[in-house]
Amino acid sequence: MIKVEGINKSFKVAKRTTGLAAGLKALIHREHKIVHALNDVSFTINPGEIVGYIGPNGAGKSTTIKVMSGILVPDSGSCEIMGYTPWMDRVEYVKNIGVVFGQRSQLWWDVPVIDSFALLKDIYQVPDTEYNDTLSLLIETLELKDILHSPVRQLSLGQRMRCEIAASLIHNPQILFLDEPTIGLDAVSKIAVRNFIKKINKQKNVTVILTTHDMFDIEALCDRVILIGKGSLLYDGNLQELRSRFGSHRTITLDYKSSTSPIQIPGTTPISWTEERAIISVDTTIVSVSEVIMKLSHSLDLVDISVTSQPIEDIIVQLYKEYEI
Amino acid sequence: MRTMKPYIAVLRLRLLNGMQYRAAALAGVATQFFWGFIYIMIFQAFYAQASSNQPISLEELVTYLWLQQSFLAFIMLWFRDNELFDLITTGNIAYELCRPIGIYEYWFSKLLAQRLASALLRCFPILLLAFLLPPAYRLMLPPDVKTFLLFCLSLLLGLLVLVAISMFIYISVFITLSPMGSLLVFGVVGEFFAGMVVPIPLMPEWLQQIVYLLPFRLTADFPFRVYSGNIPNGEAVEGIFIQLAWLFVLAFLGKIALQKAMKKIIVQGG
Repeated sequence: MIKVEGINKSFKVAKRTTGLAAGLKALIHREHKIVHALNDVSFTINPGEIVGYIGPNGAGKSTTIKVMSGILVPDSGSCEIMGYTPWMDRVEYVKNIGVVFGQRSQLWWDVPVIDSFALLKDIYQVPDTEYNDTLSLLIETLELKDILHSPVRQLSLGQRMRCEIAASLIHNPQILFLDEPTIGLDAVSKIAVRNFIKKINKQKNVTVILTTHDMFDIEALCDRVILIGKGSLLYDGNLQELRSRFGSHRTITLDYKSSTSPIQIPGTTPISWTEERAIISVDTTIVSVSEVIMKLSHSLDLVDISVTSQPIEDIIVQLYKEYEI
Repeated sequence: MRTMKPYIAVLRLRLLNGMQYRAAALAGVATQFFWGFIYIMIFQAFYAQASSNQPISLEELVTYLWLQQSFLAFIMLWFRDNELFDLITTGNIAYELCRPIGIYEYWFSKLLAQRLASALLRCFPILLLAFLLPPAYRLMLPPDVKTFLLFCLSLLLGLLVLVAISMFIYISVFITLSPMGSLLVFGVVGEFFAGMVVPIPLMPEWLQQIVYLLPFRLTADFPFRVYSGNIPNGEAVEGIFIQLAWLFVLAFLGKIALQKAMKKIIVQGG
Protein backbone atom coordinates (compact mmCIF):
# COMPACT_ATOMS: atom_id res chain seq x y z
CA MET A 1 0.00 0.00 0.00
CA ILE A 2 2.78 2.39 0.92
CA LYS A 3 6.16 1.99 -0.64
CA VAL A 4 8.87 4.48 0.17
CA GLU A 5 12.22 4.03 -1.48
CA GLY A 6 15.42 5.93 -0.95
CA ILE A 7 13.85 9.25 0.00
CA ASN A 8 16.28 12.12 0.54
CA LYS A 9 15.33 15.58 1.62
CA SER A 10 17.52 18.44 2.65
CA PHE A 11 16.76 22.00 3.57
CA LYS A 12 18.90 25.02 2.96
CA VAL A 13 18.90 27.05 6.13
CA ALA A 14 20.33 30.52 6.49
CA LYS A 15 22.84 30.61 9.30
CA ARG A 16 21.89 33.13 11.92
CA THR A 17 24.41 34.47 14.30
CA THR A 18 23.64 36.72 17.23
CA GLY A 19 24.78 40.26 17.63
CA LEU A 20 24.38 43.45 15.68
CA ALA A 21 27.62 43.20 13.71
CA ALA A 22 26.76 39.74 12.51
CA GLY A 23 23.25 40.91 11.71
CA LEU A 24 24.58 43.72 9.54
CA LYS A 25 26.94 41.36 7.82
CA ALA A 26 24.04 39.05 7.06
CA LEU A 27 22.37 41.89 5.16
CA ILE A 28 25.13 41.70 2.57
CA HIS A 29 26.17 38.11 2.63
CA ARG A 30 24.23 35.26 4.10
CA GLU A 31 25.79 31.94 4.86
CA HIS A 32 23.73 28.87 4.35
CA LYS A 33 24.04 25.41 5.63
CA ILE A 34 22.38 22.32 4.32
CA VAL A 35 20.38 20.29 6.80
CA HIS A 36 19.80 16.72 5.74
CA ALA A 37 16.37 15.94 7.07
CA LEU A 38 16.07 12.53 5.43
CA ASN A 39 18.81 10.20 4.25
CA ASP A 40 17.85 7.30 2.04
CA VAL A 41 14.71 6.32 3.93
CA SER A 42 12.91 3.22 2.67
CA PHE A 43 10.07 1.12 4.02
CA THR A 44 6.91 -0.65 2.98
CA ILE A 45 3.62 -0.62 4.83
CA ASN A 46 0.77 -3.03 4.17
CA PRO A 47 -2.96 -2.28 4.33
CA GLY A 48 -4.45 -2.43 7.81
CA GLU A 49 -1.20 -1.96 9.69
CA ILE A 50 -0.69 0.47 12.55
CA VAL A 51 2.87 1.64 12.39
CA GLY A 52 4.56 3.72 15.04
CA TYR A 53 7.06 6.11 13.60
CA ILE A 54 9.39 7.20 16.33
CA GLY A 55 12.55 9.18 16.80
CA PRO A 56 13.89 12.12 18.77
CA ASN A 57 12.96 15.70 18.00
CA GLY A 58 14.29 16.76 14.63
CA ALA A 59 14.83 13.20 13.48
CA GLY A 60 12.75 13.66 10.34
CA LYS A 61 9.46 12.15 11.43
CA SER A 62 7.29 15.08 10.44
CA THR A 63 9.26 15.55 7.24
CA THR A 64 8.53 11.95 6.27
CA ILE A 65 4.85 12.42 7.03
CA LYS A 66 4.82 15.58 4.94
CA VAL A 67 6.49 13.83 2.04
CA MET A 68 4.00 10.97 2.30
CA SER A 69 1.05 13.35 2.41
CA GLY A 70 2.17 15.23 -0.68
CA ILE A 71 3.11 18.45 1.06
CA LEU A 72 6.85 18.34 0.55
CA VAL A 73 8.74 17.31 -2.53
CA PRO A 74 11.78 15.16 -1.72
CA ASP A 75 15.12 15.78 -3.40
CA SER A 76 15.33 12.22 -4.64
CA GLY A 77 13.79 8.83 -4.13
CA SER A 78 10.40 7.43 -4.94
CA CYS A 79 7.23 7.04 -2.98
CA GLU A 80 4.22 5.17 -4.19
CA ILE A 81 1.08 5.17 -2.12
CA MET A 82 -2.04 3.48 -3.48
CA GLY A 83 -0.61 3.87 -6.95
CA TYR A 84 0.02 7.60 -6.61
CA THR A 85 3.15 9.61 -6.19
CA PRO A 86 1.95 12.00 -3.49
CA TRP A 87 3.62 15.21 -4.64
CA MET A 88 2.94 14.58 -8.33
CA ASP A 89 -0.74 13.68 -8.12
CA ARG A 90 -1.46 15.76 -5.03
CA VAL A 91 -5.10 16.62 -5.66
CA GLU A 92 -6.17 13.12 -6.71
CA TYR A 93 -4.08 11.44 -4.05
CA VAL A 94 -5.09 13.41 -0.98
CA LYS A 95 -8.71 12.36 -1.39
CA ASN A 96 -7.61 9.00 -0.01
CA ILE A 97 -5.74 10.11 3.04
CA GLY A 98 -6.50 11.81 6.31
CA VAL A 99 -3.87 13.80 8.15
CA VAL A 100 -3.70 15.14 11.67
CA PHE A 101 -0.85 17.41 12.68
CA GLY A 102 -1.07 17.49 16.45
CA GLN A 103 0.55 20.88 16.71
CA ARG A 104 -1.68 22.56 14.16
CA SER A 105 -5.37 23.02 13.66
CA GLN A 106 -7.49 22.38 10.62
CA LEU A 107 -10.69 23.61 12.25
CA TRP A 108 -11.92 27.15 11.84
CA TRP A 109 -11.25 28.98 15.03
CA ASP A 110 -14.37 31.15 15.12
CA VAL A 111 -17.05 28.86 13.78
CA PRO A 112 -18.81 25.89 15.37
CA VAL A 113 -17.08 22.57 14.84
CA ILE A 114 -19.96 21.27 12.78
CA ASP A 115 -19.48 24.09 10.25
CA SER A 116 -15.85 23.11 9.79
CA PHE A 117 -17.01 19.55 9.20
CA ALA A 118 -19.60 20.71 6.68
CA LEU A 119 -16.94 22.66 4.82
CA LEU A 120 -14.72 19.58 4.68
CA LYS A 121 -17.68 17.63 3.38
CA ASP A 122 -17.95 20.10 0.50
CA ILE A 123 -14.23 20.22 -0.10
CA TYR A 124 -14.00 16.45 -0.35
CA GLN A 125 -17.38 16.30 -2.07
CA VAL A 126 -18.70 13.60 0.24
CA PRO A 127 -22.26 12.52 -0.64
CA ASP A 128 -24.92 13.43 1.96
CA THR A 129 -25.78 9.91 3.09
CA GLU A 130 -22.15 8.89 3.46
CA TYR A 131 -21.44 12.09 5.37
CA ASN A 132 -24.30 11.51 7.78
CA ASP A 133 -23.24 7.92 8.44
CA THR A 134 -19.62 8.85 9.04
CA LEU A 135 -20.57 11.80 11.17
CA SER A 136 -22.86 9.83 13.45
CA LEU A 137 -20.17 7.19 13.88
CA LEU A 138 -17.61 9.84 14.73
CA ILE A 139 -19.94 11.63 17.12
CA GLU A 140 -20.64 8.42 18.93
CA THR A 141 -17.13 7.02 19.21
CA LEU A 142 -15.34 10.28 19.89
CA GLU A 143 -18.12 11.64 22.12
CA LEU A 144 -18.53 14.84 20.20
CA LYS A 145 -22.22 15.40 20.73
CA ASP A 146 -21.95 18.16 23.32
CA ILE A 147 -19.15 20.08 21.66
CA LEU A 148 -20.27 19.93 18.05
CA HIS A 149 -21.98 23.30 18.15
CA SER A 150 -19.32 25.18 20.09
CA PRO A 151 -16.80 27.36 18.31
CA VAL A 152 -13.34 25.84 18.36
CA ARG A 153 -11.93 28.66 20.47
CA GLN A 154 -14.10 27.51 23.38
CA LEU A 155 -12.87 23.92 23.34
CA SER A 156 -10.25 22.40 25.59
CA LEU A 157 -7.20 20.86 23.96
CA GLY A 158 -8.53 17.35 24.45
CA GLN A 159 -11.89 18.22 22.96
CA ARG A 160 -10.23 19.98 20.09
CA MET A 161 -7.97 17.08 19.33
CA ARG A 162 -10.93 14.72 19.19
CA CYS A 163 -12.53 17.09 16.71
CA GLU A 164 -9.30 17.30 14.70
CA ILE A 165 -9.19 13.55 14.39
CA ALA A 166 -12.85 13.45 13.42
CA ALA A 167 -12.21 16.16 10.82
CA SER A 168 -9.50 14.09 9.19
CA LEU A 169 -11.90 11.16 8.81
CA ILE A 170 -14.92 12.95 7.32
CA HIS A 171 -14.08 11.64 3.85
CA ASN A 172 -13.43 8.05 4.95
CA PRO A 173 -9.75 7.91 4.07
CA GLN A 174 -7.98 4.58 3.73
CA ILE A 175 -4.77 5.88 5.21
CA LEU A 176 -4.50 8.03 8.28
CA PHE A 177 -1.33 9.94 9.10
CA LEU A 178 -1.20 11.07 12.69
CA ASP A 179 1.63 13.40 13.58
CA GLU A 180 1.71 13.51 17.37
CA PRO A 181 -2.03 13.14 17.92
CA THR A 182 -1.72 12.87 21.68
CA ILE A 183 0.57 15.83 22.26
CA GLY A 184 -0.45 17.76 25.34
CA LEU A 185 -3.44 15.57 26.18
CA ASP A 186 -4.30 14.31 29.64
CA ALA A 187 -4.43 10.61 30.42
CA VAL A 188 -8.17 10.26 29.84
CA SER A 189 -8.11 11.97 26.47
CA LYS A 190 -5.07 9.99 25.44
CA ILE A 191 -6.84 6.75 26.17
CA ALA A 192 -9.92 7.91 24.29
CA VAL A 193 -7.81 8.79 21.26
CA ARG A 194 -5.95 5.49 21.39
CA ASN A 195 -9.12 3.46 21.64
CA PHE A 196 -10.56 5.30 18.73
CA ILE A 197 -7.51 4.70 16.55
CA LYS A 198 -7.69 1.01 17.38
CA LYS A 199 -11.36 0.94 16.57
CA ILE A 200 -11.23 2.50 13.14
CA ASN A 201 -8.26 0.32 12.31
CA LYS A 202 -10.24 -2.81 13.21
CA GLN A 203 -13.61 -1.78 11.81
CA LYS A 204 -12.65 0.05 8.65
CA ASN A 205 -9.23 -1.44 8.09
CA VAL A 206 -7.70 2.01 7.98
CA THR A 207 -3.92 1.96 7.72
CA VAL A 208 -2.47 4.20 10.41
CA ILE A 209 0.96 5.79 10.54
CA LEU A 210 1.55 7.46 13.84
CA THR A 211 4.38 9.57 15.16
CA THR A 212 4.59 10.18 18.85
CA HIS A 213 6.90 10.77 21.76
CA ASP A 214 4.56 8.95 24.10
CA MET A 215 5.81 5.40 24.31
CA PHE A 216 2.54 4.27 25.85
CA ASP A 217 0.86 5.21 22.58
CA ILE A 218 3.27 2.91 20.80
CA GLU A 219 2.82 0.11 23.30
CA ALA A 220 -0.95 0.37 23.19
CA LEU A 221 -1.32 0.65 19.44
CA CYS A 222 1.55 -0.48 17.32
CA ASP A 223 2.75 -3.91 16.45
CA ARG A 224 5.40 -2.45 14.30
CA VAL A 225 7.72 0.44 14.93
CA ILE A 226 10.00 2.31 12.60
CA LEU A 227 12.75 4.19 14.34
CA ILE A 228 14.41 7.12 12.70
CA GLY A 229 17.26 9.28 13.93
CA LYS A 230 19.08 12.14 12.23
CA GLY A 231 17.22 11.40 9.05
CA SER A 232 18.22 7.74 8.77
CA LEU A 233 16.17 4.63 9.34
CA LEU A 234 17.53 2.77 12.36
CA TYR A 235 15.10 0.02 13.12
CA ASP A 236 12.05 -1.43 11.45
CA GLY A 237 10.33 -4.34 13.11
CA ASN A 238 7.99 -5.37 15.88
CA LEU A 239 8.03 -4.07 19.38
CA GLN A 240 8.76 -7.38 21.12
CA GLU A 241 11.93 -7.87 19.14
CA LEU A 242 13.03 -4.37 19.98
CA ARG A 243 12.46 -5.16 23.62
CA SER A 244 14.28 -8.48 23.60
CA ARG A 245 17.20 -6.99 21.73
CA PHE A 246 17.64 -3.99 23.91
CA GLY A 247 15.47 -4.57 26.94
CA SER A 248 17.83 -6.74 28.93
CA HIS A 249 17.81 -4.31 31.83
CA ARG A 250 15.46 -4.31 34.80
CA THR A 251 15.01 -1.51 37.26
CA ILE A 252 14.69 -2.29 40.96
CA THR A 253 13.34 0.32 43.34
CA LEU A 254 14.12 -0.31 46.99
CA ASP A 255 12.88 1.24 50.21
CA TYR A 256 14.77 0.28 53.31
CA LYS A 257 15.47 1.29 56.89
CA SER A 258 18.27 3.77 56.82
CA SER A 259 21.57 2.52 55.59
CA THR A 260 24.74 4.42 54.92
CA SER A 261 26.57 2.03 52.67
CA PRO A 262 25.85 2.31 48.96
CA ILE A 263 24.80 -0.79 47.08
CA GLN A 264 27.54 -2.50 45.19
CA ILE A 265 26.63 -5.70 43.39
CA PRO A 266 28.37 -6.75 40.17
CA GLY A 267 26.12 -6.35 37.15
CA THR A 268 24.10 -3.54 38.67
CA THR A 269 24.45 0.19 38.34
CA PRO A 270 22.88 2.62 40.77
CA ILE A 271 20.53 5.17 39.23
CA SER A 272 19.81 7.05 42.44
CA TRP A 273 20.65 6.52 46.06
CA THR A 274 19.59 8.04 49.39
CA GLU A 275 19.76 6.66 52.89
CA GLU A 276 16.22 5.30 52.62
CA ARG A 277 15.68 4.65 48.97
CA ALA A 278 17.66 3.44 46.00
CA ILE A 279 16.98 2.70 42.40
CA ILE A 280 19.32 0.35 40.62
CA SER A 281 19.53 -0.97 37.13
CA VAL A 282 20.26 -4.67 36.63
CA ASP A 283 21.88 -6.07 33.54
CA THR A 284 20.21 -9.48 33.35
CA THR A 285 22.86 -10.81 31.01
CA ILE A 286 25.35 -10.60 33.87
CA VAL A 287 23.29 -11.22 36.97
CA SER A 288 19.69 -12.42 37.48
CA VAL A 289 17.13 -10.30 39.25
CA SER A 290 16.47 -12.92 41.92
CA GLU A 291 20.15 -13.11 42.76
CA VAL A 292 20.29 -9.37 43.21
CA ILE A 293 17.24 -9.34 45.46
CA MET A 294 18.69 -12.12 47.55
CA LYS A 295 21.92 -10.24 48.05
CA LEU A 296 20.02 -7.07 48.85
CA SER A 297 17.86 -8.72 51.47
CA HIS A 298 21.00 -9.92 53.25
CA SER A 299 22.64 -6.55 53.42
CA LEU A 300 19.61 -4.29 53.89
CA ASP A 301 16.52 -4.11 56.05
CA LEU A 302 14.06 -3.91 53.14
CA VAL A 303 10.70 -2.20 53.52
CA ASP A 304 9.48 -2.34 49.95
CA ILE A 305 10.79 -3.54 46.65
CA SER A 306 9.53 -3.29 43.10
CA VAL A 307 10.94 -4.54 39.83
CA THR A 308 10.04 -2.99 36.52
CA SER A 309 11.16 -3.99 33.11
CA GLN A 310 12.83 -1.30 31.16
CA PRO A 311 10.37 1.25 29.87
CA ILE A 312 10.40 1.63 26.12
CA GLU A 313 11.75 5.17 26.49
CA ASP A 314 14.95 3.79 27.95
CA ILE A 315 15.24 1.35 25.13
CA ILE A 316 14.98 4.20 22.71
CA VAL A 317 17.59 6.20 24.58
CA GLN A 318 19.82 3.17 24.50
CA LEU A 319 19.20 2.76 20.80
CA TYR A 320 20.12 6.35 20.22
CA LYS A 321 23.36 5.78 22.05
CA GLU A 322 24.07 2.66 20.10
CA TYR A 323 23.56 4.40 16.79
CA GLU A 324 25.28 7.49 18.07
CA ILE A 325 22.50 9.92 17.27
CA MET B 1 -20.28 23.02 -11.59
CA ARG B 2 -19.29 20.13 -9.38
CA THR B 3 -15.70 21.26 -9.33
CA MET B 4 -16.77 24.70 -8.14
CA LYS B 5 -18.54 23.35 -5.07
CA PRO B 6 -15.61 23.43 -2.62
CA TYR B 7 -14.76 26.99 -3.55
CA ILE B 8 -18.33 28.17 -3.21
CA ALA B 9 -18.54 26.42 0.16
CA VAL B 10 -15.47 28.21 1.46
CA LEU B 11 -16.72 31.49 0.06
CA ARG B 12 -20.02 31.05 1.87
CA LEU B 13 -18.50 30.10 5.21
CA ARG B 14 -16.02 32.94 5.01
CA LEU B 15 -18.77 35.38 4.13
CA LEU B 16 -20.90 34.31 7.09
CA ASN B 17 -17.86 34.42 9.32
CA GLY B 18 -16.85 37.87 8.15
CA MET B 19 -20.34 39.31 8.64
CA GLN B 20 -20.01 38.70 12.38
CA TYR B 21 -17.76 41.67 12.91
CA ARG B 22 -20.41 44.34 13.17
CA ALA B 23 -18.64 46.61 15.64
CA ALA B 24 -15.59 46.74 13.39
CA ALA B 25 -17.85 47.59 10.48
CA LEU B 26 -19.51 50.40 12.39
CA ALA B 27 -16.16 51.87 13.31
CA GLY B 28 -15.15 51.49 9.68
CA VAL B 29 -18.21 53.37 8.50
CA ALA B 30 -17.47 56.27 10.83
CA THR B 31 -13.82 56.42 9.76
CA GLN B 32 -14.60 56.28 6.08
CA PHE B 33 -17.20 58.97 6.47
CA PHE B 34 -14.69 61.19 8.17
CA TRP B 35 -12.07 60.60 5.48
CA GLY B 36 -14.61 61.22 2.77
CA PHE B 37 -15.29 64.71 4.14
CA ILE B 38 -11.64 65.54 4.52
CA TYR B 39 -10.84 64.54 0.95
CA ILE B 40 -13.78 66.47 -0.41
CA MET B 41 -12.76 69.60 1.49
CA ILE B 42 -9.17 69.31 0.24
CA PHE B 43 -10.28 69.05 -3.36
CA GLN B 44 -12.83 71.83 -2.92
CA ALA B 45 -9.97 74.08 -1.88
CA PHE B 46 -7.91 73.00 -4.89
CA TYR B 47 -10.76 73.57 -7.29
CA ALA B 48 -11.56 77.00 -5.82
CA GLN B 49 -7.98 78.12 -6.55
CA ALA B 50 -7.64 76.46 -9.94
CA SER B 51 -7.31 78.85 -12.86
CA SER B 52 -7.92 76.40 -15.69
CA ASN B 53 -10.69 73.88 -16.22
CA GLN B 54 -10.07 70.50 -14.58
CA PRO B 55 -10.44 67.26 -16.53
CA ILE B 56 -12.99 66.00 -14.00
CA SER B 57 -15.78 68.14 -12.53
CA LEU B 58 -16.06 68.64 -8.79
CA GLU B 59 -19.39 66.80 -8.65
CA GLU B 60 -17.85 63.85 -10.41
CA LEU B 61 -14.90 63.98 -8.08
CA VAL B 62 -17.10 64.05 -4.97
CA THR B 63 -18.90 60.97 -6.27
CA TYR B 64 -15.54 59.36 -7.03
CA LEU B 65 -14.40 59.99 -3.44
CA TRP B 66 -17.57 58.69 -1.82
CA LEU B 67 -17.42 55.52 -3.89
CA GLN B 68 -13.81 55.11 -2.86
CA GLN B 69 -14.78 55.30 0.78
CA SER B 70 -17.82 53.03 0.44
CA PHE B 71 -16.01 50.27 -1.40
CA LEU B 72 -12.73 50.58 0.43
CA ALA B 73 -12.67 46.83 1.03
CA PHE B 74 -12.90 46.28 -2.72
CA ILE B 75 -10.00 48.48 -3.65
CA MET B 76 -7.44 48.62 -0.85
CA LEU B 77 -4.47 46.34 -1.24
CA TRP B 78 -3.49 46.66 2.41
CA PHE B 79 -6.83 45.15 3.38
CA ARG B 80 -5.32 41.84 4.35
CA ASP B 81 -6.15 38.38 5.48
CA ASN B 82 -3.91 37.72 8.44
CA GLU B 83 -5.02 34.14 8.57
CA LEU B 84 -3.43 33.46 5.20
CA PHE B 85 -0.22 35.13 6.31
CA ASP B 86 -0.22 33.01 9.43
CA LEU B 87 -0.78 29.90 7.36
CA ILE B 88 2.40 30.61 5.47
CA THR B 89 4.62 31.92 8.25
CA THR B 90 3.64 29.30 10.84
CA GLY B 91 3.44 26.37 8.48
CA ASN B 92 -0.25 25.68 8.93
CA ILE B 93 -0.36 25.63 5.16
CA ALA B 94 0.36 21.92 5.60
CA TYR B 95 -3.34 21.36 6.11
CA GLU B 96 -4.32 23.36 3.04
CA LEU B 97 -2.01 21.26 0.95
CA CYS B 98 -3.58 17.99 1.93
CA ARG B 99 -6.98 18.98 0.58
CA PRO B 100 -8.02 17.83 -2.86
CA ILE B 101 -8.38 21.34 -4.23
CA GLY B 102 -6.28 23.92 -6.01
CA ILE B 103 -4.58 26.23 -3.53
CA TYR B 104 -4.79 29.23 -5.82
CA GLU B 105 -8.53 28.91 -6.31
CA TYR B 106 -9.05 28.12 -2.63
CA TRP B 107 -7.23 31.21 -1.44
CA PHE B 108 -8.84 33.32 -4.11
CA SER B 109 -12.25 32.32 -2.72
CA LYS B 110 -11.16 33.13 0.81
CA LEU B 111 -9.84 36.54 -0.11
CA LEU B 112 -12.85 37.35 -2.23
CA ALA B 113 -15.21 36.38 0.56
CA GLN B 114 -13.38 38.48 3.09
CA ARG B 115 -13.60 41.59 0.93
CA LEU B 116 -17.20 40.92 0.01
CA ALA B 117 -18.21 40.48 3.65
CA SER B 118 -16.46 43.65 4.70
CA ALA B 119 -17.85 45.74 1.85
CA LEU B 120 -21.39 44.43 2.28
CA LEU B 121 -21.37 45.53 5.89
CA ARG B 122 -19.91 48.96 5.21
CA CYS B 123 -20.96 50.24 1.82
CA PHE B 124 -24.71 50.67 2.34
CA PRO B 125 -24.65 53.03 5.33
CA ILE B 126 -21.98 55.19 3.71
CA LEU B 127 -23.76 55.28 0.35
CA LEU B 128 -27.09 56.09 1.97
CA LEU B 129 -25.69 58.91 4.08
CA ALA B 130 -23.69 60.31 1.17
CA PHE B 131 -26.89 60.49 -0.91
CA LEU B 132 -28.57 62.57 1.78
CA LEU B 133 -25.84 65.14 2.27
CA PRO B 134 -26.17 68.81 1.22
CA PRO B 135 -25.57 69.26 -2.56
CA ALA B 136 -21.93 70.31 -2.31
CA TYR B 137 -21.02 67.04 -0.63
CA ARG B 138 -23.65 64.82 -2.15
CA LEU B 139 -23.03 61.56 -3.94
CA MET B 140 -24.93 61.86 -7.18
CA LEU B 141 -26.93 59.15 -8.88
CA PRO B 142 -25.50 57.61 -12.04
CA PRO B 143 -26.83 59.34 -15.19
CA ASP B 144 -28.85 56.32 -16.35
CA VAL B 145 -29.60 52.65 -15.70
CA LYS B 146 -27.21 51.42 -18.35
CA THR B 147 -24.35 53.33 -16.76
CA PHE B 148 -25.30 51.89 -13.39
CA LEU B 149 -25.24 48.33 -14.73
CA LEU B 150 -21.88 48.93 -16.38
CA PHE B 151 -20.65 50.30 -13.07
CA CYS B 152 -21.79 47.18 -11.19
CA LEU B 153 -20.10 44.90 -13.69
CA SER B 154 -16.87 46.88 -13.74
CA LEU B 155 -16.83 47.11 -9.94
CA LEU B 156 -17.16 43.34 -9.59
CA LEU B 157 -14.54 42.64 -12.23
CA GLY B 158 -12.35 45.24 -10.58
CA LEU B 159 -12.72 43.31 -7.33
CA LEU B 160 -11.62 40.10 -9.05
CA VAL B 161 -8.63 41.88 -10.59
CA LEU B 162 -7.72 43.28 -7.19
CA VAL B 163 -7.88 39.87 -5.53
CA ALA B 164 -5.72 38.49 -8.33
CA ILE B 165 -3.18 41.24 -7.65
CA SER B 166 -3.34 40.69 -3.91
CA MET B 167 -2.60 37.00 -4.41
CA PHE B 168 0.91 38.06 -5.36
CA ILE B 169 1.33 39.62 -1.93
CA TYR B 170 0.61 36.28 -0.33
CA ILE B 171 2.80 34.41 -2.78
CA SER B 172 5.68 36.77 -2.09
CA VAL B 173 5.40 36.01 1.62
CA PHE B 174 6.60 32.48 0.82
CA ILE B 175 9.91 34.04 -0.07
CA THR B 176 10.12 36.98 2.32
CA LEU B 177 8.25 35.44 5.28
CA SER B 178 7.50 39.04 6.16
CA PRO B 179 3.87 39.99 5.57
CA MET B 180 4.45 43.62 6.53
CA GLY B 181 7.20 44.14 3.99
CA SER B 182 5.23 42.65 1.14
CA LEU B 183 2.13 44.55 2.14
CA LEU B 184 3.88 47.89 2.28
CA VAL B 185 5.49 47.54 -1.12
CA PHE B 186 2.32 46.33 -2.82
CA GLY B 187 0.11 48.68 -0.86
CA VAL B 188 1.98 51.89 -1.55
CA VAL B 189 2.72 51.19 -5.21
CA GLY B 190 -0.65 49.63 -5.96
CA GLU B 191 -2.77 52.29 -4.35
CA PHE B 192 -0.91 55.12 -5.96
CA PHE B 193 -1.38 53.63 -9.41
CA ALA B 194 -5.01 52.87 -8.64
CA GLY B 195 -5.69 56.55 -8.11
CA MET B 196 -6.34 56.22 -4.42
CA VAL B 197 -3.94 59.01 -3.48
CA VAL B 198 -4.51 61.41 -6.35
CA PRO B 199 -7.44 60.71 -8.68
CA ILE B 200 -6.02 59.65 -12.02
CA PRO B 201 -7.69 62.40 -14.12
CA LEU B 202 -5.79 64.94 -12.01
CA MET B 203 -2.42 63.32 -12.58
CA PRO B 204 0.02 64.85 -15.11
CA GLU B 205 -0.30 63.56 -18.65
CA TRP B 206 2.93 61.52 -18.69
CA LEU B 207 2.00 59.74 -15.45
CA GLN B 208 -1.45 58.93 -16.77
CA GLN B 209 0.21 57.22 -19.73
CA ILE B 210 2.01 54.89 -17.34
CA VAL B 211 -1.00 54.37 -15.12
CA TYR B 212 -3.19 53.31 -18.05
CA LEU B 213 -0.71 50.58 -18.91
CA LEU B 214 -0.98 49.00 -15.45
CA PRO B 215 -3.86 46.95 -14.06
CA PHE B 216 -4.20 48.83 -10.77
CA ARG B 217 -6.53 51.56 -12.05
CA LEU B 218 -9.00 48.95 -13.24
CA THR B 219 -9.83 48.12 -9.62
CA ALA B 220 -10.88 51.58 -8.43
CA ASP B 221 -10.49 54.49 -10.76
CA PHE B 222 -12.17 52.83 -13.72
CA PRO B 223 -15.44 51.65 -12.12
CA PHE B 224 -15.89 54.93 -10.22
CA ARG B 225 -15.51 57.04 -13.31
CA VAL B 226 -17.90 54.74 -15.14
CA TYR B 227 -20.44 55.47 -12.41
CA SER B 228 -20.20 59.22 -12.67
CA GLY B 229 -20.27 59.12 -16.45
CA ASN B 230 -16.76 60.60 -16.66
CA ILE B 231 -15.95 57.55 -18.77
CA PRO B 232 -18.63 57.25 -21.47
CA ASN B 233 -20.50 53.95 -21.87
CA GLY B 234 -18.72 52.89 -25.05
CA GLU B 235 -15.33 53.30 -23.45
CA ALA B 236 -16.63 51.51 -20.36
CA VAL B 237 -17.45 48.37 -22.36
CA GLU B 238 -13.97 48.49 -23.82
CA GLY B 239 -12.52 48.84 -20.32
CA ILE B 240 -14.48 45.82 -19.13
CA PHE B 241 -12.81 43.70 -21.78
CA ILE B 242 -9.45 45.04 -20.65
CA GLN B 243 -10.39 44.05 -17.09
CA LEU B 244 -11.21 40.53 -18.25
CA ALA B 245 -7.94 40.27 -20.12
CA TRP B 246 -5.95 41.44 -17.09
CA LEU B 247 -7.85 39.05 -14.85
CA PHE B 248 -6.83 36.09 -17.01
CA VAL B 249 -3.23 37.23 -17.28
CA LEU B 250 -2.90 37.87 -13.53
CA ALA B 251 -4.57 34.61 -12.54
CA PHE B 252 -2.40 32.70 -14.98
CA LEU B 253 0.82 34.29 -13.72
CA GLY B 254 -0.30 33.92 -10.12
CA LYS B 255 -0.93 30.22 -10.54
CA ILE B 256 2.49 29.69 -12.06
CA ALA B 257 4.17 31.74 -9.33
CA LEU B 258 2.31 29.86 -6.60
CA GLN B 259 3.21 26.53 -8.12
CA LYS B 260 6.86 27.53 -8.19
CA ALA B 261 6.71 28.70 -4.59
CA MET B 262 5.03 25.42 -3.59
CA LYS B 263 7.73 23.31 -5.19
CA LYS B 264 10.31 24.94 -3.04
CA ILE B 265 8.08 25.15 -0.04
CA ILE B 266 9.45 24.70 3.41
CA VAL B 267 6.74 24.08 5.91
CA GLN B 268 7.73 26.22 8.86
CA GLY B 269 7.94 24.72 12.32
CA GLY B 270 7.96 20.95 12.86
